[in-house]
Amino acid sequence: MENLLANPTSYSQAAPLAGAAGTPVLRLTNIEKVYQTSTIETVALNQVNLVINRGEFVSIMGPSGCGKSTLLSLMGLLDEPTRGTIEVDGRPVQSYSDRELAGLRNLKIGFVFQSYHLINDLSVVDNVELPLLYRPGMSGKDRRQRALAVLDKVGLGARTGHFPSQLSGGQRQRVAIARALAGAPEIILADEPTGNLDSVMGEEIMDLLLGLNRQDGVTIVMVTHDEQQALKTERVIRFFDGSQVG
Amino acid sequence: MLLSYLKIAWKVLMRRKFFTFINLFGVSFTLMILLVVMAIFDQLVGPTTPTKRIDRMLFVNVIRSQMVDGRGWMNMPASIHFVDEYVRKLKTPEKVGITTTPSNATAFTQSKLLPLDRSYTDGNFWQIMDFDFLSGRGFTADEVRAAQPVCVLNEATARNYFGTSDVVGRTIEIDLKRYRVAGVVRNVSAAHVYAYADVWVPYTLSPQYFKDNRINGEFLIVLLAPSAAAVPDVRDEYRQMMKRVEVPNPKEVQALFSYADPMLAGMTRGLLGTNDQTVDDDKVGSFYLIVSALALLFMLLPALNLINLNVTRILERSGEIGVRKAFGAAGHDLVGQFLVENVVLALVGGLLGLVLAAGALALVNQAHTVAYAHFALSWRVFGWGMVLTLIFGLMSGVYPAWKMSRLNPVAALRGGEQK
Repeated sequence: MENLLANPTSYSQAAPLAGAAGTPVLRLTNIEKVYQTSTIETVALNQVNLVINRGEFVSIMGPSGCGKSTLLSLMGLLDEPTRGTIEVDGRPVQSYSDRELAGLRNLKIGFVFQSYHLINDLSVVDNVELPLLYRPGMSGKDRRQRALAVLDKVGLGARTGHFPSQLSGGQRQRVAIARALAGAPEIILADEPTGNLDSVMGEEIMDLLLGLNRQDGVTIVMVTHDEQQALKTERVIRFFDGSQVG
Repeated sequence: MLLSYLKIAWKVLMRRKFFTFINLFGVSFTLMILLVVMAIFDQLVGPTTPTKRIDRMLFVNVIRSQMVDGRGWMNMPASIHFVDEYVRKLKTPEKVGITTTPSNATAFTQSKLLPLDRSYTDGNFWQIMDFDFLSGRGFTADEVRAAQPVCVLNEATARNYFGTSDVVGRTIEIDLKRYRVAGVVRNVSAAHVYAYADVWVPYTLSPQYFKDNRINGEFLIVLLAPSAAAVPDVRDEYRQMMKRVEVPNPKEVQALFSYADPMLAGMTRGLLGTNDQTVDDDKVGSFYLIVSALALLFMLLPALNLINLNVTRILERSGEIGVRKAFGAAGHDLVGQFLVENVVLALVGGLLGLVLAAGALALVNQAHTVAYAHFALSWRVFGWGMVLTLIFGLMSGVYPAWKMSRLNPVAALRGGEQK
């Protein structure tokens, strides 16, 4: 495999190192998430307390339905907890409006999904530019430059004009990672990023993420089913039935 | 950002070619019909040659006699006595002109019979209307007073009769009477009910030129106000005048009613007004209400179709919406994006509608159902068309866009798995 991280300088301006390594970037306190329908109440998360420090690579493990993805949605400010507080960079976010939350997501958080969620109608580079579209005052030229730099970083510099349907699963996930990196976020939240890939491609993606974390200091939280992959990360948090068990 | 929206809009349209086509067809067909109607309406009541100063003009096309003992109504144009005795004495109009509804006349060329529409007019008529004179002039008040056998021809008649339009001073024989040609004008569409004819001659030559005191005759009256602002004053003076009009045959006629109306009001009064004219209501307000309601209703069907399709499309695109939200799109960003997409679709439809409307109008013009019709898409109609298109685009886009922006990102991402 080519060295995907051979050119870290192209990304250095946007490096996600706003605060000192080791300081908390995300803090979840007494988090509960309850889904209520007319007949039943489902507790998805129960009394979760969690701190993610800057520069960490944390994996979250547990059986299906244990609340891993719900937790990731809460960390990504895509959903609100029923109880408890979420702090980003030390600031609680529960009073934030839809617009403020959108702005915070745009600046601080990058997502990588199991099923990539690329927009098939847009070319690779347009997909990668997407987070930058919502950044006020950024020129089209800057957006394009930044997108090309991160695509280069994930080894897809030669495929910027392709469309997602023309790429393999591993390549699509690399585009998705480039998109997550484009906005130079504080933290990347990856929901089973290798879940749809075969073991070889899965390894490639895992190596890419590890490289980003170790060499560029990107904070990553990854939900995974794969014990082997989890063991490669610094910290493993295990969930069972909505509660943290380790 | 806009470029990115447009790119996506284009892609989405191209992805579902059949539905896009159906949609565009709905939008453009609807707009085409509205534009054709508007173009015809514009020529009827808009400032087009020869009624360029239509905003200053008032028209009297009928005097309604209420018969005694509830024996109904009799509607006829005015007589010369009525015009001379009452209308020409009005103080507020700058000019009073008269004409008649065209009647059939015949001219013979060496080889064929030439059926003509002939109007009888006075000298003022030529000063109130702005005809396009190819050569010569209209006849004067003196020529009319002296009942001189002069005439004005339209271009078609001049060419058909003489083979050329340069015929001022030559003689034409119509219904076995000889007239000297005073001027030749460009053809006037029959849509201009007060100005259309093939040949115009002095009203003093009309067989209907009676010198008794009857009120009803064959003359249509055109009043020119000194300014558009003075139109209400002229209308009002005419209304006051009608109260003074003496009924010549009180045994048969109980009362007389007549109104000086702007072009549209004259039409709506005739179209929507009741036969009972004792109440003065020109129905212009009702007309606009009915027309707007009809236009909206007409646009509602394709708009609902588009809304329906858009809502379905949103489900299809929930993955994209979820991703955009996850990466920082706020609700208003998504509303903006979707409205841009929809307005682009509507504008494409609108432009197609314009092309279709131009084609349809060309067909109407060629079919000669209306003599010398020249219905065309003016800038005014084009502007209205674009306004309609924009309303249409917003009407069919706002609800789906709002729904789209409210989608929960987690649910949207789950619903939009793209494997």
